Amino acid sequence: MLNPAFETKEILLNSRTIAEKCMKCGRCSAACPSYEQMDIRPHQFVSYLMRGDVDGLLSSTTLWKCLSCFACVQRCPRGVAPAQLIESVRLAAIRQKGGDGITVEDVVGELDDEMPQQLLVAAFRKYKG
Amino acid sequence: MEKIGFFVCHCGSNIKATVDPNVVLDGVRSIPGIVVAEQYPYMCAKTGQNMIADAIKTNGLTGIVIAACSPRMHEATFRKVAEAAGLNPYMVEIANIREHVSWIHKNKEEGSQKAVALAKAAIAKVKLNAPLFPEENSVIKRALVIGGGIAGIQAALDIAEAGYEVDLVESSPSIGGKMAQLDKTFPTLDCSACILTPKMVDAASHDKINIMTYSEVEKVEGFVGNFTVTVRKKARSVCMEKCTGCGDCWNKCPVKNIPLEFDLGLQNRKAIYIPFAQALPLVPVIDREHCIMMKSGKCGLCQTVCQPGAIEFDQEDELVTQKYGAVVTATGFETINLDKFGEYAYNDSKDVITSFEFERITHGAGPTGGELKRLSDGRKPKSVTFIQCVGSRDISGRGKPYCSKICCMYTAKHAVLIKDKYPDVNVNVFYIDMRTPGKAYDEFYRRGVEEYGVKYIKGQVGKVVDKGNCLTISAVDLLDNVKMELETDMVILATAIQPVPSAKPLASMLSASIDTNNFMTEAHAKLRPVESPTAGVFLAGAGQGPKDIPETVGQAGAAAAKVIGLLSKDVLLSNPCTAMVDINACNGCSLCAPVCPYGAISYGPATVNDHGLKTIERVSHINQALCQGCGACVVVCPSGAMDLQGFSNKQLLAEVDALC
Ligand SMILES: Cc1cc2nc3c(=O)[nH]c(=O)nc-3n(C[C@H](O)[C@H](O)[C@H](O)COP(=O)(O)OP(=O)(O)OC[C@H]3O[C@@H](n4cnc5c(N)ncnc54)[C@H](O)[C@@H]3O)c2cc1C
Ligand code: SF4
Ligand code: SF4
Ligand code: SF4
Ligand code: SF4
Repeated sequence: MLNPAFETKEILLNSRTIAEKCMKCGRCSAACPSYEQMDIRPHQFVSYLMRGDVDGLLSSTTLWKCLSCFACVQRCPRGVAPAQLIESVRLAAIRQKGGDGITVEDVVGELDDEMPQQLLVAAFRKYKG
Repeated sequence: MEKIGFFVCHCGSNIKATVDPNVVLDGVRSIPGIVVAEQYPYMCAKTGQNMIADAIKTNGLTGIVIAACSPRMHEATFRKVAEAAGLNPYMVEIANIREHVSWIHKNKEEGSQKAVALAKAAIAKVKLNAPLFPEENSVIKRALVIGGGIAGIQAALDIAEAGYEVDLVESSPSIGGKMAQLDKTFPTLDCSACILTPKMVDAASHDKINIMTYSEVEKVEGFVGNFTVTVRKKARSVCMEKCTGCGDCWNKCPVKNIPLEFDLGLQNRKAIYIPFAQALPLVPVIDREHCIMMKSGKCGLCQTVCQPGAIEFDQEDELVTQKYGAVVTATGFETINLDKFGEYAYNDSKDVITSFEFERITHGAGPTGGELKRLSDGRKPKSVTFIQCVGSRDISGRGKPYCSKICCMYTAKHAVLIKDKYPDVNVNVFYIDMRTPGKAYDEFYRRGVEEYGVKYIKGQVGKVVDKGNCLTISAVDLLDNVKMELETDMVILATAIQPVPSAKPLASMLSASIDTNNFMTEAHAKLRPVESPTAGVFLAGAGQGPKDIPETVGQAGAAAAKVIGLLSKDVLLSNPCTAMVDINACNGCSLCAPVCPYGAISYGPATVNDHGLKTIERVSHINQALCQGCGACVVVCPSGAMDLQGFSNKQLLAEVDALC
């Protein structure tokens, strides 16, 4: 398990959004089509991260209920982009799963000239099991 | 040989905590010319001032340097001390070791060294200072107020009451501004027109106030105490002197379907019209774009029926040029365009309106005669939903970053007005934060909740959809964390406000500054809130920042007091730190005049000394009264002929040399 403080920082950084800008207006939640399926709602999501409660987020259904439709991003008056925060935690969860993420050693043998670079980048976001 | 006095101020602990005064004194004591080097806890206090005055007199000082706070704070104070002690005030230099050192550094050793460096620079400069003498300019005892809303009316009345002539310029056909369009006003619910109309009449009948409606400022020249302003009086096509305001013309005019601006397009007007029944002056204008006579030369019905013969189709715009000692800007506000907020269905549904439109709907003279009705089918709504902060506090680029300040309160007012007339109508208000600071404001809002049963829901609406016979609202109640799908009959959007588009060009004509949102900027946010940084230009009303009527009226009175203070002076001293041309070096290249923002530079013949030969050449000439000392001309002059008095190239280079 990573140090939670470090993890929060990394998640925020990867999301490219500034959670402090959130003014708790709730427009993200109001716009979200998955709101009712989520246990932690988009506007709460921002406050979980600001509190550093990453474990709470990692075990939430929200991660897998968010459709990445970006309605929340489009509506947020403060440019917070909750969907990007959610995506960032989702990626952290994927990376953590069993700690068996794909490594450089795994891909070296698979490389060929035809392979798009994007595929390589994406592969590092995946886990083996 | 110069004799320089050096004084370092502790500013209590403000400076002393980060700058060691003894280090500063030791750093400058041995500089040639320094004959006095002293310190004191508060140089600006009487004792500190006396210390400087005594040193000037006892040692016959030729210049002084004070290492203290920003020159914006106390340069004027220390210049006065010098003058009283017999030293030319322009022989004073300030080294800013507070804002530029102690307030921005933590390390005392480094701070002290930086203070020494700044002190050395100021000493190097003061040695090259020369005594300067301001000129006296007379003050024109007349004020110009731009914008005839409540701010402009109040300012004009207060200035006129002090006995000065005032011209009030208003771009629309009548004075009154937005307040004339409102129904009732928070928090007392008194009728807006009932409190505004008497003031409009007072202004119109005041013998010191000259109102120019349907007019715009076209050109501004000059400076504090002596502005020359040209106003374009647009052709009204109706003679102000002959018209009796009987209304025969607009009753007869066959052009019927022009949206009435005053009613935000909710009612129509004729081609010849007055914006509202209490308009002042009560003289119509012909909208030339839509008048049949103007377009095709046929019609002229209004002229036929007008008994006094006031219709003048051949009127032309008139340019009026007048001199003023002071200018007040009071151009007010407008609501933002909602095209970028498609989710609120404003452009798709007649039953989604702005709060400003609601003012007209609830107004007895408005499109529904004051009855609450859906604009789509005329049905009385069973439920009305307000959405606050629409486009305000928005940094996504769609709206405005600031809080519009008045909408929490006017929404509370609108909710109460509906509940009062129609207790059976359900009223919901979606809010993010409630902002009700003001005398009796929070009590008013709470009365809406507790006595009238207005429901407040924390959370902003995600989407509004027009379903034909009703509207649906998707939102979240953030306090209960539940989704809400609400049916409602009418949606009212508390839309953000912004300055009028003409504020920006007006500010540049006046060389007054505006902020990133186009609101007029004040000279100091706290201590000079009604003055623009440009001397002689004062600010009133919502054009300076969002504000309600009580605040607007207070600010207008304050601006008027400043104007009266200025106009009561007979002469003003000019700033002598102006540009100066060395005509022997000027080659007449004409690069300088185009860069001067104040039009202070002209060219003409002068006798110059060309290496001993006297010839007549075309050279640059500075009008000292117009020059503001900005230095733009100095920068472009390729021959080094132009220099700024008090900030000469030599002085600035000496400062740089002393620094490194
Ligand atoms: C929906 C709504 C409800 C409100 N309800 C209340 C309330 O209940 N109580 C309250 O206290 N406040 C209320 N307000 C706020 C109130 O309207 C303002 O505080 C007030 O109108 C500000 O007055 P002003 O003179 O600064 O601006 P304005 O009223 O906007 O007047 C400015 C005037 O300047 C003119 N003008 C603009 N540019 C130029 C130019 N370049 N040259 C010449 N003339 C120009 C305009 O035509 C206008 O006549 C409400 C506002 C809104 C939008
Ligand atoms: S991106 Fe996810 S959180 Fe955002 S609105 Fe869509 S489903 Fe909801
Ligand atoms: S829409 Fe933006 S500002 Fe509003 S609660 Fe959601 S993240 Fe915060
Ligand atoms: S002349 Fe123009 S303003 Fe007069 S009645 Fe005809 S259309 Fe109307
Ligand atoms: S005054 Fe109230 S409704 Fe208006 S922007 Fe500010 S918080 Fe929002």
